[in-house]
Amino acid sequence: MTPLLQVSDVSKFYGHRIGCKDVSFNLYPGEVMGIVGESGSGKSTLLNCLAGHLTPDTGAVQFDTRTDGLRDTVTMSEPERRMLSRTDWAFVHQHACDGLRMNVSAGGNVGERLMAVNARHYGDIRDKATDWLGRVEISADRIDDRPTAFSGGMQQRLQIARNLVTGPRLVFMDEPTGGLDVSVQARLLDLLRGLVREMNLSAIIVTHDLAVVRLLADRLMVMKDGHVVETGLTDQVLDDPQHAYTQLLVSSVLQV
Amino acid sequence: MNDYNFAYLDEQTKRMIRRAILKGLAIPGYQVPFASREMPMPYGWGTGGVQVSAAVLTPDDTFKVIDQGADDTTNAVSIRRFFEKTAGVSVTEATADATVIQTRHRIPEEPLREDQILVYQVPIPEPLRFLEPSEIETRKMHSLEEYGLMHVKLYEDISQHGAIATAYAYPVKVEGRYVMDPSPIPKFDNPKLEMDAIQLFGAGREQRIYAIPPHTQVVSLDFDDHPFEPTKADHACDICGAEDSYLDELIVDDQGGRMFMCSDTDYCNGRRAAGNAGTQSIPMEATE
Ligand SMILES: Nc1ncnc2c1ncn2[C@@H]1O[C@H](COP(=O)(O)OP(=O)(O)OP(=O)(O)O)[C@@H](O)[C@H]1O
Ligand SMILES: [Mg+2]
Repeated sequence: MTPLLQVSDVSKFYGHRIGCKDVSFNLYPGEVMGIVGESGSGKSTLLNCLAGHLTPDTGAVQFDTRTDGLRDTVTMSEPERRMLSRTDWAFVHQHACDGLRMNVSAGGNVGERLMAVNARHYGDIRDKATDWLGRVEISADRIDDRPTAFSGGMQQRLQIARNLVTGPRLVFMDEPTGGLDVSVQARLLDLLRGLVREMNLSAIIVTHDLAVVRLLADRLMVMKDGHVVETGLTDQVLDDPQHAYTQLLVSSVLQV
Repeated sequence: MNDYNFAYLDEQTKRMIRRAILKGLAIPGYQVPFASREMPMPYGWGTGGVQVSAAVLTPDDTFKVIDQGADDTTNAVSIRRFFEKTAGVSVTEATADATVIQTRHRIPEEPLREDQILVYQVPIPEPLRFLEPSEIETRKMHSLEEYGLMHVKLYEDISQHGAIATAYAYPVKVEGRYVMDPSPIPKFDNPKLEMDAIQLFGAGREQRIYAIPPHTQVVSLDFDDHPFEPTKADHACDICGAEDSYLDELIVDDQGGRMFMCSDTDYCNGRRAAGNAGTQSIPMEATE
């Protein structure tokens, strides 16, 4: 099977400081990969390199495009990469305000990606937006409200709807449950798990919450100081960690 | 002779502006940056339009200034006087007699000809600005033709008002390529943007010039199920009886009495002089 994403030796430096170094892995269709590690370990740097927001200093990020098969997204032209960003890829930010237009209604936020790919029928756009708000448990009568009038959890769910409405093939998420209350996190996780299964989503999820990966991720990558120190099936890594750092990570969580 | 260089600006500056204009004409709807100069009038008074006019005027031109359709507002009068004084050009209020027309917020009702130039004063040249404040990002959107955001604005309009409520500065796509702000003209004027004359747009504070060459396709953006409509008040002009012109509504007494009259004063006067009359018109002689 062709991997959906093939990452080879990706490194990114900030001056002399390592962002992430020599990261390689394959992601197969329908697979969810979790990336965990302490603060500053390079998770966001890696994710942004994969999603085309940062240009890696070395390495290749091959994506299985619909028309031409595997293509290196690092070297493809910017218009092509931006086209992928608004069609086949989705990016869910930790802070909803980075991923939403706060001065545009919920319906407009969800509709934007449709209009970006030339949807020109208002009624259809609105129907799809209404449907997607329902799927993320936002009631239809909030469609004309701005995200500023929403709670943090609702904003995050809106961001997810806005990203998934065009049926992306790969979803990047950076701490999608970070900064939310524990009970709100649980509901969001439930919702995400449902959508991942139902849509058979391929996703890469950055988090430092092991509960999130336990629930969502098929495979797990552990990062420390910009390097991948351990990788494997989620249950395997969490139940039988090999690397000393992973053991520490797992045990510190279990003590909580 | 007077103490100014012809049309106030020095030759060097006018050449720089002409280059921007030519580039604008070569890439219809594209915003060309230019080094806007200080003019002896505040921004918001048409400094962009004035610089463009200064760069295209020749001693043989006849100049007209329209402000919201009228030739006699303070703004229109001061710009007209400015070029009378600095360029010594003849001036007129008659659309047909003018070779260069500087306008704020209107396109004349009378169709313009190939030997005329229409210069617009533009406050905000970037149509994507309302939803995307970053200049770097909007430039990228233009260069990659990513115009979905423009429809988000129209979507918001319909969801709030039940119809596209944008009545002025209604966005257009020029020659199938660049999305452009036509300046705050009423959308009633949008169909006239496809014309025989050259149209030049100058934004002084924002330092941008853009253009529509003659006979260029200009399409107003819309949705399939909410098509563009160039609306106006559903009335005839009470002065000249015109049914096809853009109307201003006037409150005429304390009882809420109102009347409608052409916003294009020259058009209205021309029709009256030709013997047309509206329901409230006073005979022409009596007003003089
Ligand atoms: N823009 C930047 N300029 C310089 N250094 C940076 C920049 N962004 C990140 N870094 C550094 O790169 C390293 C990795 O940072 P990164 O943000 O990828 O970590 P992270 O794992 O996402 O952390 P967190 O869990 O706190 O979000 C850190 O040492 C960080 O200080
Ligand atoms: Mg991070």
